[in-house]
Amino acid sequence: MVEDTRSLATVVQIMDEGAVGRTVTRMAAEIVENDGGDVMLVGIHTRGVPLADRLAGELEGIFGKKPSVGRLDITLYRDDIGPWRPAHTQPVLKKTVLPISIDDKVIYLVDDVLYTGRTVRAALDTLIDYGRPRAIRLAVLVDRGHRELPVAADVVGKVVATSRREDVQVRLRPADDRDGVWLGREAPDGS
Amino acid sequence: MAVERAEGLSSKDVVGISPLGSGEIQLILDTAEELLEVAQRPIKKVPALRGMTVVNLFMEPSTRTRFSFEVAEKRLSADTLNFSATGSSVSKGETLFDTARNLMAMAPDFIVIRHPNSGAPHRLAGVVPASIINAGDGINEHPTQALLDAFTMRQHFGDLQGLTVVIAGDIRHSRVARSNAFLLTKMGAEVRFVAPASLLPAEVESLGVKAYRRLEPALEGADVVMMLRIQLERQKKINFPSMREYYDFFALTEERLALAAPGARVMHPGPMNRGVEIDSLVADGRQSVILEQVTNGVAIRMAILYLLAGGLSDSASDS
Repeated sequence: MVEDTRSLATVVQIMDEGAVGRTVTRMAAEIVENDGGDVMLVGIHTRGVPLADRLAGELEGIFGKKPSVGRLDITLYRDDIGPWRPAHTQPVLKKTVLPISIDDKVIYLVDDVLYTGRTVRAALDTLIDYGRPRAIRLAVLVDRGHRELPVAADVVGKVVATSRREDVQVRLRPADDRDGVWLGREAPDGS
Repeated sequence: MAVERAEGLSSKDVVGISPLGSGEIQLILDTAEELLEVAQRPIKKVPALRGMTVVNLFMEPSTRTRFSFEVAEKRLSADTLNFSATGSSVSKGETLFDTARNLMAMAPDFIVIRHPNSGAPHRLAGVVPASIINAGDGINEHPTQALLDAFTMRQHFGDLQGLTVVIAGDIRHSRVARSNAFLLTKMGAEVRFVAPASLLPAEVESLGVKAYRRLEPALEGADVVMMLRIQLERQKKINFPSMREYYDFFALTEERLALAAPGARVMHPGPMNRGVEIDSLVADGRQSVILEQVTNGVAIRMAILYLLAGGLSDSASDS
């Protein structure tokens, strides 16, 4: 079903179209429960962006008004680029768009997968350079564990126990042609 | 002909446009596009180059380019050291080499160099491990200027492919004209050089550009008109009768600009000599994008620093 399986011995689907839809709806409800409708959603590139849009659509369904949605490129704040990693290519930069001031807002950072926590650390540093929000919270579709920094999500779609050798692949409309989450298991010999 | 963007730069240095591929040029322009936004933030600084050191080695006077590089370096959080050799007797070869060796003892990651001798950055690149960025060498190249010019053109016209660009003035002594000719022809634009015969270089044909002795016929259908300054400091004798006569024949006036395509943009790398190569009404006019060039210069220099900081692209490091 998933094309890119070259380094993965098996790929197992852990969330189908329906499960993703229900989970996004429940995540939106949790956001409302925590903070009401007066929030701003900021998706982290790449798949945090469509997830933030989807959550905004759900909130619009509840309140009749779409919350402000931004997108964040954290590349310039990453801790794994630069001279410390010789002979690799710099990641391509993407657009950061924050349509309104983030000052005094309750911001939900949105990403597809929470793993080491390093992306979230970079996202917090990026965001804080744009202003001083009242609060920053974190919403993720999948929490796969293996944190390397003291980071926890406020809203979690699904907790998935993984090994570091596994790979979580998220597909989300409209960035992709379908919804779903897959877990790729690397072959024991690493081939 | 769609240009396919490169994944990374294939050299540790940017010494000229000539060695760059069209995919690398595309990558630099696309990266600059995203970095332009940093200047709009409340905190105009990102940590990408934290802990890296840049030496700005300017052996020739410069305000715009030196400031532009320095702003770019600071916005990426690099530490900067400025060496100005203006007025000193830094001469060829050995002295530059010694200067560089002394600088390397301070372990910089980048050396931005402007030098009166053509080829100085290239020679330096061969002997030091730091990334060398050419900020203008003699009458050879000024790659960051050509890139910011191309970036500005792309902002206004969407694509460089198929554009007609007139570059008029002291072509013979202009590294800006050379770098622009290399870049624009690589990206599929038509370049027309305009100068009195005494100020046209001998190699004009091999650059793949059309040469004109008069401004008027060259302006026909031009999308971009780039005016260059007469570089009095690079010629022992004046190669034309008088400034007044130069103005009469070669200055961009409102009447002459009307011969270009409707909506043509006017560019100038600076410093401008108003009333010599360009009329004030044109320089400050509706079609002028001269100040946008300056803003864009910072983003282009940030893009080059950012891309070089990652090291060579995986494919290039094999060779």
